[in-house]
Amino acid sequence: MTQWSILDTWIVIVGSLCAAACALPGTLLVLRKMSMMGDAISHTVLAGLAIAFLVTHRRDPATMFVGAVVIGLVTALLIQLVGSLGRTEIGASMGIVFTSLFAMGLVLMRQAIDHVEIDPDCVLYGAIEASYFDQITWMGMNLPRAAIINGGAGIFNLLLIVVLYKEFKVSAFDPALSTTLGINANVMHYLLMTMTAVTTVAAFETVGSILVIAMLIVPPATAYLLTDRLSFMMCWSVLLAILAAIFGHVSAVTVPTWFGFGGTSTAGMMAFCAGLIFVAVWLLAPRHGVLSKVFHRCILQLRIVREDVLGLLYRLEELPPSHELSTTPALLQGILGVGPVLSTLAVSSLARRGYIEHRSGQLHLTNQGRRAGRHLIRSHRLWESFLQKHLHLASDHVHEPAEQLEHITDAAMQNQLAERTNQPQTDPHGKKIP
Amino acid sequence: MLLAVLSILHGTQIAVASDQASGNPGRSIRPVNSIADSSIHWPSAEQFLRVLTLRDFNTRVVVLGVACLGLACGTIGTFLLLRKRSLTADALSHATLPGIAIAFIIMAKLGGDGKQLAGLLLGAFIFGGLGVGAILVIRHTTRLKDDAALGIVLSVFFGVGLSLLNLIQQMPLGHAAGLNRFIFGKAASMLPVDAWTILIAALVISLSCLVLFKELTLLCFDQGYARSQGWSVITLDMVLMVLVVGVTVIALQSVGLVLAVAMLIIPSAAARFWTEHLARMVIISAVIGMVGGYLGATISALVPRMPTGPVIVLVCSGAFIVSVACGPKRGVVARTVAQKRLGRRVAIQHLLRAVYECSEMAEKKVSSGNTVANVTAPLGELVKVRSWSINQLSRLIRSACRGKLLVSGNSGVALTDHGLREAERVVRNHRLWETYLIHYADIAPSHVDRDADEIEHILGHDMIVHLEQILSGKVKSDPMPPSPHHLSVAPTDVNGVTA
Amino acid sequence: MTISTGQPGASGVSSPIGQNRSHIATGDEHPVTAPLSIHDMTVAYHRKPVLWDVDLDVPSGRLIGIIGPNGAGKTTLIKATLDLVPKASGRVLVFGKPYRKQRHLVGYVPQRESVDWDFPVNALDVVAMGRYGTIGWCRPVTKRHRTAAYEALDIVGMADYAKRQISQLSGGQQQRVFLARALAQDAQLYFMDEPFASVDVATEKAIVEVLRRLKDAGKTVLVVHHDLQTVSEYFDYLIFLNMRVVTHGPVGEVFTPENLKKTYGGRLTLLNEAAELFARQAR
Repeated sequence: MTQWSILDTWIVIVGSLCAAACALPGTLLVLRKMSMMGDAISHTVLAGLAIAFLVTHRRDPATMFVGAVVIGLVTALLIQLVGSLGRTEIGASMGIVFTSLFAMGLVLMRQAIDHVEIDPDCVLYGAIEASYFDQITWMGMNLPRAAIINGGAGIFNLLLIVVLYKEFKVSAFDPALSTTLGINANVMHYLLMTMTAVTTVAAFETVGSILVIAMLIVPPATAYLLTDRLSFMMCWSVLLAILAAIFGHVSAVTVPTWFGFGGTSTAGMMAFCAGLIFVAVWLLAPRHGVLSKVFHRCILQLRIVREDVLGLLYRLEELPPSHELSTTPALLQGILGVGPVLSTLAVSSLARRGYIEHRSGQLHLTNQGRRAGRHLIRSHRLWESFLQKHLHLASDHVHEPAEQLEHITDAAMQNQLAERTNQPQTDPHGKKIP
Repeated sequence: MLLAVLSILHGTQIAVASDQASGNPGRSIRPVNSIADSSIHWPSAEQFLRVLTLRDFNTRVVVLGVACLGLACGTIGTFLLLRKRSLTADALSHATLPGIAIAFIIMAKLGGDGKQLAGLLLGAFIFGGLGVGAILVIRHTTRLKDDAALGIVLSVFFGVGLSLLNLIQQMPLGHAAGLNRFIFGKAASMLPVDAWTILIAALVISLSCLVLFKELTLLCFDQGYARSQGWSVITLDMVLMVLVVGVTVIALQSVGLVLAVAMLIIPSAAARFWTEHLARMVIISAVIGMVGGYLGATISALVPRMPTGPVIVLVCSGAFIVSVACGPKRGVVARTVAQKRLGRRVAIQHLLRAVYECSEMAEKKVSSGNTVANVTAPLGELVKVRSWSINQLSRLIRSACRGKLLVSGNSGVALTDHGLREAERVVRNHRLWETYLIHYADIAPSHVDRDADEIEHILGHDMIVHLEQILSGKVKSDPMPPSPHHLSVAPTDVNGVTA
Repeated sequence: MTISTGQPGASGVSSPIGQNRSHIATGDEHPVTAPLSIHDMTVAYHRKPVLWDVDLDVPSGRLIGIIGPNGAGKTTLIKATLDLVPKASGRVLVFGKPYRKQRHLVGYVPQRESVDWDFPVNALDVVAMGRYGTIGWCRPVTKRHRTAAYEALDIVGMADYAKRQISQLSGGQQQRVFLARALAQDAQLYFMDEPFASVDVATEKAIVEVLRRLKDAGKTVLVVHHDLQTVSEYFDYLIFLNMRVVTHGPVGEVFTPENLKKTYGGRLTLLNEAAELFARQAR
């Protein structure tokens, strides 16, 4: 592995600044379901640069910057225009506008290629590796220009969002509502577009035109799976974006060496790492993750089986002694109709908690278990009464729903049920309500 | 068309240059540029003719390959557009890049030169499919919406692809320059065998589209109904997406993956302006795609420093702009004209009604002998009826006089016979409608006038007959029901109140 | 086009049903010939039950109204029956066989909002879609099918508009085109989701006319309806729905204040309206 140097430190800093700057407007884009707007605008930066040059014949950074931002806004306008004139859906009008402008950018660039130092590759890869060498002096310090530009864009975004936080929030949530509240949703839309354009143009040199969209969308989308609150979502997405930038560079330097290569594009690996983080969160997120959903479903299922075991044992105890049935685990499994894994798990966890005990190969309720079983059966039969009485279900149809409802009934709900059903002594099948 | 290509490709098998050399003589005489020089060097007429008539073998290969591509794109793009999945094509074309890179690496490791087109396209196809799969997974297992799913797949796959390309450049064999052509497209580097591949794939895709025309129509139009009829919407969607991935993959080489989506969307979006009929739309879209490919490839062969892919896209964009402007029904011009015409018709009808009502009141005051026909309405009265300016009014009157609806005299205007008939029709519709609104839609009589104004002009004959039937018990039917509310000009006149 | 008469199984086309009838005698409490039987159907959106334990046999050759308050699950009943929304439990039999195998016998007229009206098809194309199921994969629409579609359009009185793009039709005309699509399918059992919602009087008349013709031809038609005033005029059989089937039966027997009260709950205004209506009808 190559030695870590000041160069690498600056690459990571520039990458993080760029990623963080992108994550802020990106959050709003994702929430407003306009992520692809970032894609569209980032594609047209090229045309903006070429047009700015052809119009002014100047190539100082300020002109280029303004030109590109203006074209970014024009893109947003054109997309709306094509959408309304052509009556096409927003996706199609984006596709039409940004590809046309991108094509125009490429042609103009070929025409002006001898004058402008834009490398077509740079459009895609960005020049983050070289950012350290392009330094300017600012407040007595030599800093990479890219760091200042991206940092500036980040601060611009942060200020705008802090000042207009609630406006952005309401217009992202419900544009129609925000207009009735006196916040012009259109104005907010174009403010967001301005932010996106500024950020994109700033990030353009650093991560390249297409990877901007990775930084704009992937971290906020990941954050959306982690939290339900806008402010947290923004913090998360900034954090995740920085993480992606750091890991991106580290892996760009290290991973290829494992296969005998010398290192690869940092920008590409940043996008890849953002993707990896997304996959990890998609799998593991506490509430919205795939695994946690599966896990919760399993836990719930286990709880239901456990309660069913208790209920079944209680019912068996209710029977007159002459009907004494053997209560081996295998038999329970058969009656409840669940798989061996679930029932074994349920029985062992019940035994561990002291609800049931094994006596000579048979399962018996402990006192504690009997109380729990009684609660459950009471819920079940109260529900049956309720369903029959208030929803007019036939008595032979009340068992199934009650079976499901009993598992979500706590003591308070039980009391309420008892009240609504006038404290019945027996359920619709004539069984005693304990 | 197929025959033509056959004969061309079976012609002399000249070695093929890897750049746009032979069709592009302008390049060799490129002068030294000054910084302000952005002029285009126009080709001579002879060069122009050579290229347009496809006399050069290389040009022929490139132009025909790209034209076939345009045809396939236009066909399948129509369905993609109507399915509202345009940007999916964008995401999946970007997702093909790692496939191309991996295919290259594998082929290079296996000892080839790594640049067989078929292998690269196979890799692209597989990863395009993976991209679509990833989009579906994100859409169905998370709470993220379509747009975010597209953005994630597009950018992450592309990032991986770029990293891999970077590695390929370091390979001893690797000249990844050859792979860069898939990003921006370089039709000029097309070999005859590539053109063949594109041609066959394009024909297969277009034919599949035709065979599945009815299924795809149903899917795009009303998927709920399709499902209730037992069609598997998922299967149909998969078929559509496989066709789209296929056409995207063959578009990579000529227009590049960034612009591949343009070839799919723009021709079909343009075609939408020319017809209201799906089959025709597919044909028009295919033609636009084909002509765009042909013209684009030709222009780029003729004019120096014109990259093929972007030029093709720009030609298609031009077609789109023309279509937006000039489409026969949906076009901006047609719509504006239609709106103007309707506006004028409405204004004239308003004028006729105003004249009629003025005359009607005058008739009531005079109360004998006079009929509406020969009473003149003074201009002053007319101005008061509506918010017309004098200028607008006189312009309207002039236009009505040209149409022989009114005659204007010194004291005002009067209806001609023809004008009277027309005015009676308009007023009658108006009053019927007003009455209908009052009795059936619970609108206060004072609000009726406005609503009726807007709708009387679009009432068809059958509707009027119907209204008459409904209202037969409520309004004195013929010949002219009285206005159900006050006529605003004559404050003293109280005879118009609801029957 | 004439609406082909007779029960399925009686006509030569639908031989599978004919065979089916013979070996269905499973002692089920549901009559085998019922055009539609729904067993224990429960549907939930996000764990909130919308339909609960619907158990229903629909008699053959009737014009059936499904009525109930907003949110009673009327549309859901149709959609779940047609597998357009997932069922939590339950089975649907169409002429004694699972719905999946009998799709060609079922016609469906969805609510109008569900369609992209700007789509480049004309009325005739839309109606021809009703035949797609019969035509099958990859086979083209032939002249025969287009003729059938045209005849279906003629029945609903829209033949003059065959070549119009669908967005250029009025709301009522669009509804009639959808009705024609269902007719072109030549099904035995029809589901219609609020066909009378915001249509003009002429269309309403035309639709009712078509419904009667369908009934006379022995088809079974289920219509989601919300206008209590016209219920007894249009239908001869009613299903009262409010999360579950409150009751069902011939209009004369079940259209009573008690049933309305049970279905519509404590909504007084509605209730009074209905009571008045009932009193008027009793006279």
